Amino acid sequence: MALTSLAQFGRAGLNTLQRIGRAHLLLVACLLGSGALLWRPRLFTAQLFNIGVLSLLIVGISGLFVGMVLGLQGYYVLAQFGAEQSLGVMVATSLVRELGPVVTALLVAGRAGSALTAEIGLMKATEQLAGLEMMAVDPVRRILIPRLFGGMVAMPLLAALFSAVGVIGGYFVGVGLLGVDDGAFWSQMQAKVDFQEDVVNGVIKSAVFGLLVTWIALFQGYESIPTAEGVSRATTRSVVHAALVVLGVDFVLTALMFGA
Amino acid sequence: MNDFSEFLIKIRGLTFRRGERLIFDQLDLDIRRGAVTAVLGPSGSGKTTLLKLITGQLQPDAGEIKIDGQNVHNLSKKELFQLRQRMGMLFQSGALLTDLTVFENVAYPLREHAKLSPSLLRKLVLLKLEAVGLRGARDLMPHELSGGMARRVALARAIALDPMMLLYDEPFTGQDPISMGVLVRLIHQLNDAAGLTSIVVSHDVQETAQIADMMYLLSGGRVIAHGTPMELATNDAIQVRQFMDGNPDGPLPFHYPALPLAEDFRTRTRGRSGWH
Repeated sequence: MALTSLAQFGRAGLNTLQRIGRAHLLLVACLLGSGALLWRPRLFTAQLFNIGVLSLLIVGISGLFVGMVLGLQGYYVLAQFGAEQSLGVMVATSLVRELGPVVTALLVAGRAGSALTAEIGLMKATEQLAGLEMMAVDPVRRILIPRLFGGMVAMPLLAALFSAVGVIGGYFVGVGLLGVDDGAFWSQMQAKVDFQEDVVNGVIKSAVFGLLVTWIALFQGYESIPTAEGVSRATTRSVVHAALVVLGVDFVLTALMFGA
Repeated sequence: MNDFSEFLIKIRGLTFRRGERLIFDQLDLDIRRGAVTAVLGPSGSGKTTLLKLITGQLQPDAGEIKIDGQNVHNLSKKELFQLRQRMGMLFQSGALLTDLTVFENVAYPLREHAKLSPSLLRKLVLLKLEAVGLRGARDLMPHELSGGMARRVALARAIALDPMMLLYDEPFTGQDPISMGVLVRLIHQLNDAAGLTSIVVSHDVQETAQIADMMYLLSGGRVIAHGTPMELATNDAIQVRQFMDGNPDGPLPFHYPALPLAEDFRTRTRGRSGWH
């Protein structure tokens, strides 16, 4: 009995390692084949639209509310130290460094990542991927690569939108409702938010998250068991794994970028 | 003389396992050029797997498959894709791209592999659709088609690049009698008119016998009989008779391998909760 459970544990471990290996092989195949996109830019723009443009609304609205909440909470904390005039810096820094990239990645994983997994999984279940192969068309090049790069490019743009709308939300609450000085809000933000340290690092983060979220979504779809239950489980896994990986990698990146 | 002038495909010693189960055991099979070859066998005898092995979608555990002199499983990806441009495969489900119209589905391989002017492409696609009787359905989406129509569109797509061979995976399953008749005629016409080599994998004995020049009967991972439809119809071997006449009792197993029933009553069944 103990031996069987040990064997099962070992098998599960080996399976997991194999899956991780296959995921990396898929990523390498995608990166190696990415030159093909140059010949067919429309495949890429279509996915940029699917992943990026169609996520604009949810990202914009979330950004607005997150910014407003930051404005409220930040004001009450800063007011205790008489520093409420620094609200602009606080809102902008937290959005650009952390909340913009991370919350956008979580939203995109839920909105676009799940859709990608379900799409690829169903294409597999209905033999469309095998059909493409039989037409001598490589599904990795035609289906996966445009989506991967669409996600990588869309994510920083969406995160920038999230942060920009969030700052406006914070401005609306701080300056409009709570009486922070208009000039102080903007001038302190301009003085204290550093382009290299804050903005560029935020963009790097969201580009990494874009790669991770779409990679996980595509792999889960590509590896899904081609049944109703299999595709539904893969979709769930895609969102859960993407969320966990984004939060974990965010810690690592933050430690590397701002830790020293 | 070159062997491949007579036979397009030669399969030698093909062995393939799925987990513990042996699907093919030292299988030998030849596909004659320009003929319709049918591969028959009960469900689960690995017929679809055979097509996937021939087209290089699966790797065999042993043995070789040569198409026109090339060993399919030694080819690079590029060479394999070049070979596949000369093959058409009709999937059981049709495997149409669900986001594209019927017209665009048939145009897809042409757009991918042939540089044609838009007007020539349009004419070619309409001709292919005309051949399967669905020129009028060109603007429909795949979900608006019946199963039989979807399969005919898939057939038009499979012949879009004028392949040298066509592989049909269970083309008659789930067809109403009219679509069935239409498909039987189409396969026959395509083979004769375009000089194709066709492989039909099926368990519909009567329909397949109407069009096949040569039939192979698979069971237990091996060819148990082969010959023209007439030869098989008069073959007295008990296994052949069981399959051709559809008898439930005989040497061909109807049951998936299992423990004796009495012993099985005492074992536990692997279950799935959430359905009751």
